[in-house]
Amino acid sequence: MKVPVSWLREFVEIPESLSGREVSELLLNVGFEVEGVDTVGDVRGPLVVGLVKSIEELTDFKKPIRWCQVEVGAAHGNDATPGIRGIVCGARNFAEGDLVVVALPGTTLPGDFTIATRETYGHISDGMICSVRELGIGDEHDGILILPAGSAAPGDNAFPILGLGDEVLDISVTPDRGYALSMRGMAREAAISQRVSFNDPGVVLADLPEAGGTVIPAASDDYQACDLLVLRTLGNYNPAAPTPDFIKARLAAVGVRSISLAVDLTNYVMFELGQPLHAFDADKITGTIRARWAKSGETLETLDGVQRNLTTEDLVIADDARVLSLAGVMGGAYSEISETTTRVVLEAAHFNPVEIARMSRRHKLSSEASRRLERGVDRMLPPVASARFAELLIEHGGATFEGTSGVEQAPDPIVISFDPNLPGQVAGHSYDAVNVETILVSLGCAVDTTNSVWTVRTPSWRPDLAAAIDLVEEVIRIDGYEKVPTTLPTAPAGRGLTELQKLQRRAGLHLAGRGLVEVRNYPFVGTAEFDALGIPADDSRRHAVQLANALSDEQPLMRTTLLPGLAGALARNISRGFTDVALFEISSVSLLSADQSATGVTNPPRPSVLQRPTAADIDALEALLPQQPLHLGALLTGALKPTALGAKPTPATWSDAIDIALALGIELGVEIEVTAGNLAPWHPGRCAALSINGELMGYAGELAPKALENLGLPKRAVALELNLSVLLAAANTVASAPAIWTFPVAKEDIALVVKADVAATDVLDVVCAAAGELLEDIRLFDVYEGAQVPEGHKSLAFALRFRAQDRTLAAEEVAAARQAGVDAAAKSFGATLR
Amino acid sequence: MSAPNKSFDPVEVTTLSPEALAGFVSEAISAISAANSLEELKDVRLAHTGDRSPLSLANREIGALPPAAKAEAGKRMGESRGAVNAALAARTQELEALRDSALLIEEAVDVTTATGVRAQGGRHPITTIQEQIADVFVALGYQLAEGPEIESEWLNFDALNIAPDHPARTMQDTFFIGSEDSGIVLRTHTSPVQIRSMLNRELPIYVICPGRVFRTDELDSTHSPVFHQVEGLVIDKGITMADLKGTLNHFAQSMFGEGIVTRLRPSYFPFTEPSAEVDLQCFVCRGTSVDNPDAPCRTCRSEGWIEWGGCGMVNPKVLVATGIDPEIYSGFAFGMGLERTLMFRHGITDMRDMVEGDVRFTRAFGLGV
Repeated sequence: MKVPVSWLREFVEIPESLSGREVSELLLNVGFEVEGVDTVGDVRGPLVVGLVKSIEELTDFKKPIRWCQVEVGAAHGNDATPGIRGIVCGARNFAEGDLVVVALPGTTLPGDFTIATRETYGHISDGMICSVRELGIGDEHDGILILPAGSAAPGDNAFPILGLGDEVLDISVTPDRGYALSMRGMAREAAISQRVSFNDPGVVLADLPEAGGTVIPAASDDYQACDLLVLRTLGNYNPAAPTPDFIKARLAAVGVRSISLAVDLTNYVMFELGQPLHAFDADKITGTIRARWAKSGETLETLDGVQRNLTTEDLVIADDARVLSLAGVMGGAYSEISETTTRVVLEAAHFNPVEIARMSRRHKLSSEASRRLERGVDRMLPPVASARFAELLIEHGGATFEGTSGVEQAPDPIVISFDPNLPGQVAGHSYDAVNVETILVSLGCAVDTTNSVWTVRTPSWRPDLAAAIDLVEEVIRIDGYEKVPTTLPTAPAGRGLTELQKLQRRAGLHLAGRGLVEVRNYPFVGTAEFDALGIPADDSRRHAVQLANALSDEQPLMRTTLLPGLAGALARNISRGFTDVALFEISSVSLLSADQSATGVTNPPRPSVLQRPTAADIDALEALLPQQPLHLGALLTGALKPTALGAKPTPATWSDAIDIALALGIELGVEIEVTAGNLAPWHPGRCAALSINGELMGYAGELAPKALENLGLPKRAVALELNLSVLLAAANTVASAPAIWTFPVAKEDIALVVKADVAATDVLDVVCAAAGELLEDIRLFDVYEGAQVPEGHKSLAFALRFRAQDRTLAAEEVAAARQAGVDAAAKSFGATLR
Repeated sequence: MSAPNKSFDPVEVTTLSPEALAGFVSEAISAISAANSLEELKDVRLAHTGDRSPLSLANREIGALPPAAKAEAGKRMGESRGAVNAALAARTQELEALRDSALLIEEAVDVTTATGVRAQGGRHPITTIQEQIADVFVALGYQLAEGPEIESEWLNFDALNIAPDHPARTMQDTFFIGSEDSGIVLRTHTSPVQIRSMLNRELPIYVICPGRVFRTDELDSTHSPVFHQVEGLVIDKGITMADLKGTLNHFAQSMFGEGIVTRLRPSYFPFTEPSAEVDLQCFVCRGTSVDNPDAPCRTCRSEGWIEWGGCGMVNPKVLVATGIDPEIYSGFAFGMGLERTLMFRHGITDMRDMVEGDVRFTRAFGLGV
């Protein structure tokens, strides 16, 4: 909210020496962040009030010119004509005897335009008579600014009169402090921050003339929604009456456009006191003005020109004929103040903040009024604010007071039992009881300190103060957060990270250590990405959680796989000129069970917050959510390792993708089983299914050419994705030490020719089992397909290492073990020794 | 070889005379030192210690000497051979050292061509700052708490004293699942992990919870619809706001250096009361740039303080909603944005760098921030 310091000063004494920035500091200490300080107008130098003494019309020129003698006060005249300046002026909208604003030589006007004494049109012009536009405080007309007669004396400094040089604070107000969305509220806080007294304009009822006229009756159908409705009716209003410049200037400073006197005054009083007001053209009203619930099917054209369909949940102000306004949110077009309005009825009401908030949300309509009313406005303010409006309309609009009507249901006062030691217990240092009482009183509380537990009656303008803790906060806030000491609490002895948390870190470190770069992609995906990956229509990965309000229509879903995000990141890197890119991501995905809907349920559980939810409540809340396991995904193209000088680059292959998974398994002490797999978007002939103890937990290999083409990625890119939660859960964190035998080793190689569709790991497993306990290690070191083996066959070369625990092996023993392996492979796969 | 001649005096065998032996030795030694390679030295060794060398030939004469002369001649011969062998050994060592060092010179490479083999992997700074922060609090005895990113509205809002029509709910532009009535949201803050901790953990509770959160902001240089927070929560008997301040100062010093402090400014959050904004003392200028136009500070824009996060004492209503007795227990909570923290700590100027996955960005942070 914009707050002109001069406006604040009407209600609180702020030393002239304090700059806007210093006032900001004070407010910051009590919880109001000032986001900026602006100065009104860009004018410097001697700007004074002048009285036009005489005007001589000069007619010898192409356009009419005036040669004026202006009284500018004894201090500002020149030697020849004490107190008087001769000024040449081209405007014609002023007369002798008018009070004007004179820029004396040396004044700098907006646009860095400095006034100097100069000869023009045959006279020495000794200053300038200013227009609103020239002063930079408005642009509605070109004419000279004329001050109200008698409002100032010649020679007076014009800056304060015009609001020039006034500093305007831009204050951010937290949603609990509705009262602070007004000069009244901010002045109170400024007073509290300086520990000075506050002159509350919100409790003084303006002296209105005796009522004389017909009063429009008021009614409220639901005191729960509107417990106070005050109407003030005024007649003989001059719709052409101008808004006084000082009011216009203030409204401009707070960011409100001037419309007409009556409307401007509703805004002015709202900013001054915090009470939203609405003025109706009284001649458009039929019968009683009533706060009531809208009927289904009713409509209202609001002031913004929108035709709105109302529901029975809309609180409206209506007369006997029609709906007049959306209560507390926005007025209607039919009854608005117009250029022909001569009778005004002003509504000032107190509404249930929740109802206003709901309407504002439902109609997506936030106004200055709704912003205040949904945060809570002083229940006692409507009569005061409406009287203030009437007073101003009478003074500036020539209106006469016709009368007041209203209805109300008195609220229950809020009384809080308050232990004065409580602030100390919360803050961790003691507060003197007198100090506590002083702070509460400065807020407007009535404090009864008779008993050890005090009775505190909170002020009507602080509906946010409802419990003892609210008062505690106020005491600590006003006394100053900086006075709270610092201590470090002692937590019970901890056990550090959980095993899973440590393992997750290790997984990330391992992958980065292998040369992969971590990315953190957005979780939003769309069906187009599933299509590009070639994921079939019935694949469960398409059963994805759906957002109600996605940022992009293309990506309304939550990811079930990390691959789309990785593909996007890889494509960005490629487009930026990189060819060797290896990316990984560790993030959760959301997996719906078959019976969970992508759009959630229609009647979700909402346990009471007045007690701990039951176990059944908690289960019901959890049941709303999809499973969200951690996944690990990686996508690689080009060389994983930098290519050595002179060497040929070795791009990552399907084998590297699998190896990344297997090596991570070894790091985490998990044996990952590899079998042939087939899942989009992988190449059906180059896809490994990864399992742990028979449980499928991921896939790795080369991506299908079509998917890569669709995604705009390089050919032969490889990827893996696995359920990291499963992998981490299987991790063996306590490795067993191996037995280290030191007798000599015997090495044997065998090459077995098998049919091409036989899995190498199956052959290895069989050889390993048959070779017996003397076999220390076996490793596949070559696969050959070609002229040396029969068509449709391949040769698998294994390196075997034999060792005994207690002796040097005899050549016959090794040969027998080796042969056992070969025989087993022959039996199982028809393998022949090559 | 001449036959034994028992009638001759040993001194008459000229080749065994001291003069002759000394001559052989000195010839050998000068030949040894003249040898310039191990190959030459091998020839020298043959010529001066081989079977046909003068010393060997002379040695054969000893057998023919009378017994009385043998000892003396033998001794002389031993000394001569010793001198030659010592010279040979010394020269061998010298020449071997020369050969070895020549080899090392020959094998020299341009070590600057070792570029391009450095590790190229890296971890995202958001990941590693989460770990760094967790470590600070784990060292204090805290536990690392986690929760789901798709969360029930009840945990994200209701239990945190953010009622359905509370203006605070509109402050946070929330992603809803399915419809606004589904009761499921993308968590707008890490605070639901507080509720999970209070519901599931035993008292007292000391937890730190980093995580990904979501708001419906479009991506630009300072906003992202997906970002990260870290949240701390303590629930124990007698926890005070002083404890909160002390913990925040400890956190600030652990992350930004000795002596760095925090400042609390009154604010409002539905789930804490009292509530405060946390400002961090500028860790670059430490406030010296304030009102000092000659030494402006880019990190804090010469304000001396950097907005860091929010905090407060856990609102008793939140304790009640999770079944904790506010008459016995109290607590504090605090939360910070991790992107923001990284931005001002590491001089990251554009939020998009943290989102796009450009390998240059992540590699710059290596394996940890």
